[in-house]
Amino acid sequence: MKILVPVKRVVDFNIKVRVKSDGTGAETAGLKMSMNPFDEIAVEEAVRLKEKGVATEVIAVSIGEPKAQDTLRTAMAMGADRGILITTETSPEPLAVAKLLQVIVGRENPDLIILGKQAIDDDMNATGQMLAGLLGRPQATFASKIEIADGRAEVSREIDGGVETISIALPAIVTADLRLNEPRYASLPNIMKAKKKPLETIDAASLPVDIKPRLTVVSVVEPSERKPGVKVASVAELVEKLRNEAKVI
Amino acid sequence: MAVLVILESEAGQIRQASRSAVAAASKHGEIDVLIAGDEAAAQAAAKLPGVRTVLHAPGKEISEGLAEPLASLIVASATAYDHIVSASTAAGKNIMPRVAALLDVQIIPDVVAVVDSDTFVRPIYAGNALATVCSSDAKKVLTIRSTAFEPVPAEGGSAAIVPMPAAPASDASRIVSVTVAQSERPELDTARIVVSGGRGLKGSEAFHDVLEPLADRLGAAVGASRAAVDEGYAPNDLQVGQTGKIVAPELYLAVGISGAIQHLAGMKDSKIIVAINKDAEAPIFQVADYGLVGDLFEVIPQLTAAL
Repeated sequence: MKILVPVKRVVDFNIKVRVKSDGTGAETAGLKMSMNPFDEIAVEEAVRLKEKGVATEVIAVSIGEPKAQDTLRTAMAMGADRGILITTETSPEPLAVAKLLQVIVGRENPDLIILGKQAIDDDMNATGQMLAGLLGRPQATFASKIEIADGRAEVSREIDGGVETISIALPAIVTADLRLNEPRYASLPNIMKAKKKPLETIDAASLPVDIKPRLTVVSVVEPSERKPGVKVASVAELVEKLRNEAKVI
Repeated sequence: MAVLVILESEAGQIRQASRSAVAAASKHGEIDVLIAGDEAAAQAAAKLPGVRTVLHAPGKEISEGLAEPLASLIVASATAYDHIVSASTAAGKNIMPRVAALLDVQIIPDVVAVVDSDTFVRPIYAGNALATVCSSDAKKVLTIRSTAFEPVPAEGGSAAIVPMPAAPASDASRIVSVTVAQSERPELDTARIVVSGGRGLKGSEAFHDVLEPLADRLGAAVGASRAAVDEGYAPNDLQVGQTGKIVAPELYLAVGISGAIQHLAGMKDSKIIVAINKDAEAPIFQVADYGLVGDLFEVIPQLTAAL
């Protein structure tokens, strides 16, 4: 069984991003970049399925500027067998990403595609579902558990009131939620080994896919700041403030 | 110009988040709604004020809410509409991007403000920035953040109900089991008061014995930080944050929560925020209207007793 894992290079989750002074976007220059945390979980799950003997090959794919190859090397250091980088000049929207991935799926024919449920930069939470729609294949989003058997995946999904378990026929698309697993740290020998794993680079312009954005960014602004609050000295003072000043209890 | 709003129901009532979606949609013209579920759900949908027609998909299969049949049904109904809208619930996030892809449209998720029929405001980077985006797609597919739109009332309208054809049976996807927590407390995403616990509670026992009595005294919903959920102190559906539930209650009490940016993304639009933490330097105090530095195991029982 072949597993495809799309991964995205994003601003590290520990960094609070600021808005550019001209209001055209977020200031990302010079910031630490990492693999999107949900994609790390997706890679980990795919590698575990390979270690269990369920999967035979794990292919990581990334879309973006050439530096996204660092993210692919990280995926390969975690255990992915090879990488595919589709280079683009700008960061494409989820619909365009899904269309580019559709081309790769056509070439590689994976049985399972695992993606992070959401990229922490644009917070779209859309690529997996869009890819599933384009491919006309079943989807299991927000996965907290995946079991593969008899050509199907049984996936536990985090829903509003609790957990739902569904069974989907492979090939299928799964998006990873936080509780699916705890990703490993790549060891130094594996980081070295990853440098020798195959990495294919494809220019998005050479693919028959229209990746022009559908959304124009009109402006990006900081949200209004909250007024500074006060420290209270005691429970009695807190209750007094909530009752008489804030009037919320 | 017409809008199709995808509704969710629970026990024959339209969910409040869906009523917020109707409110957001009301700026775009005539509103039809689509609901999968039983007759009671369709009747409830017909009572929403401002709704012209209820497209009702009856039957057990479609009511289970699996993405594949529901997305196909929505797409089959899409021709007559310029906007297709749902709430940004777990179900909305699951289904609407699939709908958008099938219509060759870029989805616009988590809309917090409507500028005009093509232009919308949505948070990015865990809410540290607000992007205004203008869509060039002929149809717009949106999910709206329910905390940003006052819901329409549950009653006042009398729309016509039109039954939808049944979806073809498929074995590609099926439900195995659903475990939904039963709680007497209000729903987290629509509660007037939320009491949330973090790693500082040190265990699920403290959630039950320390936090829940306070929540019950206040008639509040219980929430949790990611750390508390990861540690198993609280179930996943209580997680508040960038990737969990987004809440904006009148009063949010953060108990033993340090205040990572991912958590703040889920609660910083609350009207009044109270932080109780023994670490005076915890970032949560930067967004709190009232901060109390102290040991929650002493403070919370005192607070519960004082209310």
